[in-house]
Amino acid sequence: MTLTLTSASVHSAEVDALLAGLLLMSLAVLALVFGLIWTYAIRYRAGNTEDRGAIGQKSWRIEIGWTVATLVVFFALFVWGADLYVRLYTAPGNALKIYVVGKQWMWKVEHEGGQREINALHVPVGRPVQLIMTSEDVIHDFSIPAFRIKHDVLPGRYEQLWFNAQTPGSYHLFCTQFCGTDHAAMIGEVVAMQQADYARWLTQNGGSDTLVAAGRDLFTRYGCSGCHQAGPTGGGGTVRAPSLNGLYGSPVPLADGTTVFADDKYIRDSILLPADQIVASYAPVMPSFSGQIGEDDLIKLIAFIKSLAAEGPS
Amino acid sequence: MSVTVDTPRVSYLTEENTIGSWLLTTDHKRIALLYFASITGFFFLGGIAAALMRINLLTPTGAIVSHEMYNRLFTMHGVVMVWFFLVPAIPVTLGNFIVPLMLGARDLAFPKLNLVSWYLFMTGGLFATYSLFAGGLDTGWTFYTPLSTDYTKGHVVAVAIGIFISGFSSIATGVNFIVSIHRLRAPGMGWYRMPLMLWSLYATSVIYVLATPVLAMTLILLGFETVFHVGIFDQRLGGDPLLFQHLFWFYSHPAVYIMILPGFGVMSEVLTTFSQKGIFGYKFIAWSSVAIAVISFFVWGHHMFVAGTSVYSAITFSLLSFMVSVPSAIKVFNWLGTLHKGYIKFDAPMLYALGFLGLFTIGGLTGLFVAALGADVHLTQTYFVVAHFHYIMVGGMVSAFFAGLHYWWPKITGRLYPEMWARAAAFLIFFGFNLTFFPQFILGYLGMPRRYAAYPPEFQVLNVLSSAGSTILAVAYLMPVFYLGYSLRHGARSPSNPWHATGLEWKTQSPPRTENFPIIPIVTEPPYNYPRPEDRTRAA
Repeated sequence: MTLTLTSASVHSAEVDALLAGLLLMSLAVLALVFGLIWTYAIRYRAGNTEDRGAIGQKSWRIEIGWTVATLVVFFALFVWGADLYVRLYTAPGNALKIYVVGKQWMWKVEHEGGQREINALHVPVGRPVQLIMTSEDVIHDFSIPAFRIKHDVLPGRYEQLWFNAQTPGSYHLFCTQFCGTDHAAMIGEVVAMQQADYARWLTQNGGSDTLVAAGRDLFTRYGCSGCHQAGPTGGGGTVRAPSLNGLYGSPVPLADGTTVFADDKYIRDSILLPADQIVASYAPVMPSFSGQIGEDDLIKLIAFIKSLAAEGPS
Repeated sequence: MSVTVDTPRVSYLTEENTIGSWLLTTDHKRIALLYFASITGFFFLGGIAAALMRINLLTPTGAIVSHEMYNRLFTMHGVVMVWFFLVPAIPVTLGNFIVPLMLGARDLAFPKLNLVSWYLFMTGGLFATYSLFAGGLDTGWTFYTPLSTDYTKGHVVAVAIGIFISGFSSIATGVNFIVSIHRLRAPGMGWYRMPLMLWSLYATSVIYVLATPVLAMTLILLGFETVFHVGIFDQRLGGDPLLFQHLFWFYSHPAVYIMILPGFGVMSEVLTTFSQKGIFGYKFIAWSSVAIAVISFFVWGHHMFVAGTSVYSAITFSLLSFMVSVPSAIKVFNWLGTLHKGYIKFDAPMLYALGFLGLFTIGGLTGLFVAALGADVHLTQTYFVVAHFHYIMVGGMVSAFFAGLHYWWPKITGRLYPEMWARAAAFLIFFGFNLTFFPQFILGYLGMPRRYAAYPPEFQVLNVLSSAGSTILAVAYLMPVFYLGYSLRHGARSPSNPWHATGLEWKTQSPPRTENFPIIPIVTEPPYNYPRPEDRTRAA
């Protein structure tokens, strides 16, 4: 019977420390509560004639005392947990990005270089890895107990999760948000490898195209290039539709007077529901691609549009 | 106890005994018994589902049922146990029976509404149960969208309608208790002369009345989206799946306190009676119930720390979740203070109550693990959470229910239960419960997700331990059915106050007459005014 869980990431030891702190506090309180129950049960049992003395009349000092003590301990635990939580979910800027799509009942993973895997995730150790995750159907949850992290994966959104694996090895990957009949089969493995091994794995499993290259093909195939300018020369100019050069990460003024920030979610929404956010000074002529482009292709298109950020607005 | 008792010739049990006199009764005591029969049925239905789940989890691949059937079992277990056992359990049975007696009143403020609430409960309960059997439902009791709206074959809408209907029963009971406590207190019974059971049922009723409508709205929206495809929760129609979770937990977190607050009330009654001593910190216990009822409406977001809400929301809800546990801690300390310098007797109600104290403390402390954000990320959605809330709901609430049931059994039936059997059951429940659920804390830490019909083989030993514990627990839960049933005919007659307790319910005959009190009592002393034996010796 195993009673310990491998601690395989930078933060897993910190989570364990917090759990140990909570456990110690709990054991102290339990010792007090059970100790007092036993002591009183024996000393003050009805048959014991020991003189009880008078009962103290004023109890508010005691009440204030234990209320304040409880508040102080709880506040300390709150700060400890909140501080760790913020770090657990704040990915460093230089993280290696890997894309995850959940569907009933499997995990699909795509690497920047176009490598694809199912129900498995290969990552290098000693390097922050950021997962960009979405779902094709219901809500799933990507959980790696050895790294002490998890996050829900929602349809229509890009949620992120990051970690920095330390110990090479193979670890459980679970879906931990109930997602239907074969929820329990939506499992896989996370393989943490030395960086050299990871580089070798990438070459051996090299995809035909990088995500950006695949996205560029799709951009033409879905007809996007007919209207949108993309790249220094490509695309249809800026007359009918806004240029996509330099779009990613910049503010976009909308027809209703508001401004949005062009992130993954904005680009996704603009492809699927273009009528909802019309760019200022353009007519709402773009058709909806809802139901026509799958999550995998969306990731590639977004990767391509993201790569145009460096082009600068034209 | 060899007390000769004048058997009451006439009581609420004997006055009229036709089927109509039971099904159309407006006597709160008879309605309480109707509810007893109903929730006992639901408890064993939910229990059978749990037993089948524990058998299935004996082997990593699932010992007896398919994934689909397993999912239906835990959905049925959750739906039935939450809405048709835990939420109503203590208020509608013990509460219904004891509130007017504790107030010194002849009935609740609205006796007919009380009967209507039972019919609403049964209509909703039978409708939901029929749908669970006929259609099967595999969404879990939480109905998360879009799984429940778009991707399940089960009868979501039908079950939701059942829950919706029974919600009105909760609201009716809540209104009835609130009005009764305001208007029907006996002459001389000020708010601070009320037994603490009434304070906790008052707090519970406030949540019933304020939270249940939100559940009703949520279920209506869910039904609308499923049937008419109006975009509310479906992101493809412009909705937001997280909105469902916000609305659902806005009801369902306060509902957790609906389940446990009445248990707190039972604790205060039983601990004082069997310590023969006044309560320690009456006002702190009373107002902590109110504090819990208020704060419980502001912690729902802690169910969503990994769901995709903002970091600021998570931090706020974490702090509020720590705050809501402070009043519970205050209660535990005050109960310990009540034991101090008491004259403690270990009759079965007291054993159940002490069991509650231990199990609830463990449940409360492990709640802090999941309130602490950094720890919750690892523990949430695993068996740790399953163990945590079962320590509160089953270890705590069901123990309190049994404590109260044994405590008031002589009043309800006029008979004493077999003491040794009851004590044995109390010990067995405590042991079986811990063996069932303690291993699940470890399973959760090790990463085993909840709602899994199959699991990696390294988790098997702990799962087998847990299933073994559940066998003991099942036997222990069946024991009261037999010995309490036996006592109905063969138990010794009870005097009006077998425990030498204070409280108006003990000042009338056991079982009471339909009108409860021949003359409405007048209250002249504070609650729990137990004489100190040493005063008696000094006086003598």
